[in-house]
Amino acid sequence: MSEPNNRKDYPMSKITGSQAIIKCLQEEGIDTIFGFPGGAVIDLYDELMDSDIRHILVRHEQGAVHAADGYARATGKVGVALLTSGPGATNGVTGIATAYLDSIPLVVLTGQVPRALIGNDAFQEVDIVGITRPCTKHNYLVKDPAELVSTIREAFYLAASGRPGPVLIDLPKDVVASMMPFPEKKPIKMQTYQPNLEPHPGQIEKACKAFLKAKRPVLYIGGGVILSNANKELTELAEKMATPVTMTLMGLGGFPGTNPLSLGMLGMHGSYASNMAVAKSDLLIAVGARFDDRVTGRLDAFAPHAEIIHIDIDPTSISKNVEVDIPIVADCKHALLAMNGWLDDSKAFDAGAVADKHQPWLDQVKEWDDKHPLTYREEGDIIKPQYVIEVLNKLTGGDAIITTEVGQNQMWAAQFYKFNHPRRLLTSGGLGTMGYGLPAAIGAKLAFPDATVIDVAGDGSIQMNIQELATARQWGAPVKVAILNNNYLGMVRQWQELFYNKRYSATVMEITPDFVELARAYGAVGLRAKTKDEVEPVIKEALATDNLVIMDFAISREEGVFPMVPAGKATTEMLLV
Amino acid sequence: MKHTLSVLLQNKPGALSRVTGLFSGRGFNIESLCVAETLDPKVSCLTLVTRGDNAIVEQITKQLHKLIDVIKVTDITEGEFVEREMVLIRVKAEANTRAEVLRVIDIFRGKVVDVSPTSYAVEITGPESKIKAVIDILRPIGIKEIIRTGTIAMPRAPKK
Repeated sequence: MSEPNNRKDYPMSKITGSQAIIKCLQEEGIDTIFGFPGGAVIDLYDELMDSDIRHILVRHEQGAVHAADGYARATGKVGVALLTSGPGATNGVTGIATAYLDSIPLVVLTGQVPRALIGNDAFQEVDIVGITRPCTKHNYLVKDPAELVSTIREAFYLAASGRPGPVLIDLPKDVVASMMPFPEKKPIKMQTYQPNLEPHPGQIEKACKAFLKAKRPVLYIGGGVILSNANKELTELAEKMATPVTMTLMGLGGFPGTNPLSLGMLGMHGSYASNMAVAKSDLLIAVGARFDDRVTGRLDAFAPHAEIIHIDIDPTSISKNVEVDIPIVADCKHALLAMNGWLDDSKAFDAGAVADKHQPWLDQVKEWDDKHPLTYREEGDIIKPQYVIEVLNKLTGGDAIITTEVGQNQMWAAQFYKFNHPRRLLTSGGLGTMGYGLPAAIGAKLAFPDATVIDVAGDGSIQMNIQELATARQWGAPVKVAILNNNYLGMVRQWQELFYNKRYSATVMEITPDFVELARAYGAVGLRAKTKDEVEPVIKEALATDNLVIMDFAISREEGVFPMVPAGKATTEMLLV
Repeated sequence: MKHTLSVLLQNKPGALSRVTGLFSGRGFNIESLCVAETLDPKVSCLTLVTRGDNAIVEQITKQLHKLIDVIKVTDITEGEFVEREMVLIRVKAEANTRAEVLRVIDIFRGKVVDVSPTSYAVEITGPESKIKAVIDILRPIGIKEIIRTGTIAMPRAPKK
């Protein structure tokens, strides 16, 4: 009568691959996944029916990945999408690349044909591991059932740690159907992957000393601050050092937009004050930002007088585009904690003295902002898109979760909504994916059913994933879609107006559906505003209803996004309103 | 400037294409690439010759290191190193040139590895400069085919 001391040696303790996958998801605390079934994943779907994991059936696989991405951005947890092989997987690629460019943690499970058929051009077979190699943090094809469980655990670890990102696991049908042990979970240690969270103390000291010496410092923060939940530490440092803060599109919400030290966004459509402050600064402290071309403009004119400190967890981001004087490879939160701690302990730091020293600089920045604030021209009754965003901001108390599509709608939302909290702006910053906003809004709404979630859209981009209205209805995700409708692909039209002699090649949307009728067809509420007076009542009504709403705002057709730095110009060469 | 990188990576399917895909995707160039198993069969060593200024090579090194399958990246050209490449050359060898070909091969300490009535196939090993020299000398005689392995390299042991 001896107890079996190693249960996994007994056939009784083996489970199917489908069961193992679901147990792994539960182990990671995943309660919601987004997907679309197919032949290669039918076993897993069968098992899902008996689990308590909520599966959100989307209408297109791109929507599944964007919804998982929206869920991840809003919660900070890993988003999970489940797609079938072949076209299911390829439809997900845009979603995966979107998450990759913005460093969003996702685990994407794709079905694959049985192992014996791989490489045979089998039905719905595609080499998705090959296709997604350059747009995932890492990916796997599970060939050995014994490695399924460890692969899924490793994938979750990789997706969420270090610089986060999407990880894809390709699952051959026969692997998922086979029996396998389910070993106990142990802490994951990888020989080849050890992200460096803690900053080097010597670099922190150098950075703090440079900060204390500076007369015209600027904090330039990006999505890394939000990903590492470092907004409090960042705010503490900015206030302690009386230093203005400018944000990238991905960094909005990382510092309160209504804080007097906030300069708003910088770069191509950044505020005048932001771009001037960076250009005249003597110290630029980049935190979790990567000197993207939309931020820097012409490189040799970017922060030409500044010493540059760069905090980033990814060494490849450092000195990639702009040479950095004091690199700090670390998690933003850890690095900011260390800087705050160093300053607090330092005899050289005196908050009052710093505030006095920086006052002329803050005055200068204020002067720039007063001279050219973010603004737009009123035109009587005509609805200005910026006004729509201002009313949204007012009526939601700046506290809604805003998703955007891509183009003018995205820039107006970024400029005129005042994001005071992180994870409230969900937008495709890096890849610039039209069609992102609606499914991302659904993902966020399912994560936070009580939150107001608004997709700020254009009439062009909303049509790229409009089928997800049905998903929103089916799963009880009553998001609000605000279409800034100008019957144009507005951002490209703006470029054509400014740089291509107003030759509007392929940017006129001659046929656009009646969005109010379309809303009704999906069982949603459709509202329309044609004049400025109608904007506020429409938004009020939309916010008051429990249902899914589409608001169609007929905006001034040829409105542009300003300021604008023409591509390849210095960021001080802004076209203003 | 030319840089020779030594990359240890996990010997897994797809690991090599992650490396080559990185180079093509980011517009870095590969002059030569050599890869084989190390003493540990789970690990491969890849020797890669690339060109670029210091900033580019630094970026290449960091990007390689970021790949999950990559264990270690060393820029061998930063220190003292030995490099070798092997080449197989099929060179015309007719009655009037056979003796001369053999003499040249001998000077370069090469070996004849295949013989036909009209040609020799020869094997030569050495650093890139030597390979280039032998090709330059044999070219006027008539090279029919040439197969190069690409460079492999190893840092020299510390002097002390």
